[in-house]
Amino acid sequence: MSATKPSLSAVLAAAVLASAPVAQAHKMWMQPSKTVLSVGQWITVDAAASTDPFVRDHRPLGLDSLTITAPDGAVLAPTNPATGELRSSFDLRLDQPGTYKLAMARDGISASWDDAGKRGRWPPRGQPFSADGLAKVLPPTASDLKVVRMLSRLETFVTAGSPTTTVFDEPAEGLAMQPVSAVNDLYADEPAQLRFVIDGQPAAGLVVEVIADGIRYRDAVEAMELETDAQGRIEIAWPRPGFYWLNVGTEDRQGSAEAPYRRLSYTAVLEVLSP
Amino acid sequence: MKDFRFLSMALGLAMTAPGVSAADLALSIELPRIDVAEYHRPYVATWIEREDRSVAAQLSVWYQLDRPAPSGAAPRGESGTKWLPDLRQWWRRGGRDLAMPVDGLSSATRPVGTHVLRFDAGSRPLAGLEDGRYRLVVEAAREEGGREQLPIAFDWPPAAKQTLDARGRSELGAVQLQLTP
Repeated sequence: MSATKPSLSAVLAAAVLASAPVAQAHKMWMQPSKTVLSVGQWITVDAAASTDPFVRDHRPLGLDSLTITAPDGAVLAPTNPATGELRSSFDLRLDQPGTYKLAMARDGISASWDDAGKRGRWPPRGQPFSADGLAKVLPPTASDLKVVRMLSRLETFVTAGSPTTTVFDEPAEGLAMQPVSAVNDLYADEPAQLRFVIDGQPAAGLVVEVIADGIRYRDAVEAMELETDAQGRIEIAWPRPGFYWLNVGTEDRQGSAEAPYRRLSYTAVLEVLSP
Repeated sequence: MKDFRFLSMALGLAMTAPGVSAADLALSIELPRIDVAEYHRPYVATWIEREDRSVAAQLSVWYQLDRPAPSGAAPRGESGTKWLPDLRQWWRRGGRDLAMPVDGLSSATRPVGTHVLRFDAGSRPLAGLEDGRYRLVVEAAREEGGREQLPIAFDWPPAAKQTLDARGRSELGAVQLQLTP
């Protein structure tokens, strides 16, 4: 064990987490061309981050973290992946019947601290975290050190034929969604139930933000905020058909010794049809 | 706005139900002439659902059947099944579980005019239809056009000869359900 490690561990143990979650500056989204299809059809999907969901005006999402899971559990490669100025895109042919999951996951550790009124941050975006690396850059005068593991998932779903649930069989680490209503069987005249879990356990008392597409054509975002019940469930009464962006986030202390805190985020894009 | 979906029930001859399985169901569906530059025949599905909206019987589906490619030629790019999910209610009420085409159920799209379907209580798809209250639903969806569904509620088996009428406002014209004990 190096000489710096015990002191770093002590600092980490004393580290506190900012109490309020940091608001997401830009919303990440994926939007399939259609979500309810017959077997053998193509879809095309756009992925981007922007102030308002589905408005292509900021930056593309990298496709490196994309995982497409077929109903039988196979991992599929996207066809024609491309990254443009404002959105990335890919195509997918739905050769199997059932529900597919299109997911982008991010998992990284980030440290921040205060050094005589100046905010320090490490590692730089895209570089891996290590305790040794942090020890090298952390100023001796640093205080208020926060080391946080950030786990975020962005998911959307498409179905050929009848919906299936195999892609939900193993909830991911961190925040995840489990359907109560089938995610590709949503209609504007029927309230839908969704359930959120943290490491597979009900995520109670979290606020889920729900935003309908078409923000450019109305005067307000009209976000809905729904709190999960003891079972982690919400019920959504869709105001109209269209695509919806759902986001829920929280923080907990279920991290590792290296990064005691976790910041968890889950985002889903769902399509609601007219009855 | 006119009442576009009136439903009237005319009781015919007040016959008492003679036999259990002699009933039959006749359905006439009018596909209206629609004055557009590019007209495509609509996809039309007809089914019977229970009060909880579960499907009791699939009656018919008219859609663009795949034409065999000329010998030696590559298959055509798009299959007619591609647009079946546009029959949105039918798709979720069992259409998506069917492997098309289905013998005795699916057939080619039909031209403008009135088309009659007849079903006998003793044979499929009505055989086994339990006594109760049902809705017959006709749904039409047209490429470059709209979508419309018309429900007609009825009791099965019919106690007397009945004629139930509904009228669409866009994709469907007169729809008539005749029940004979």
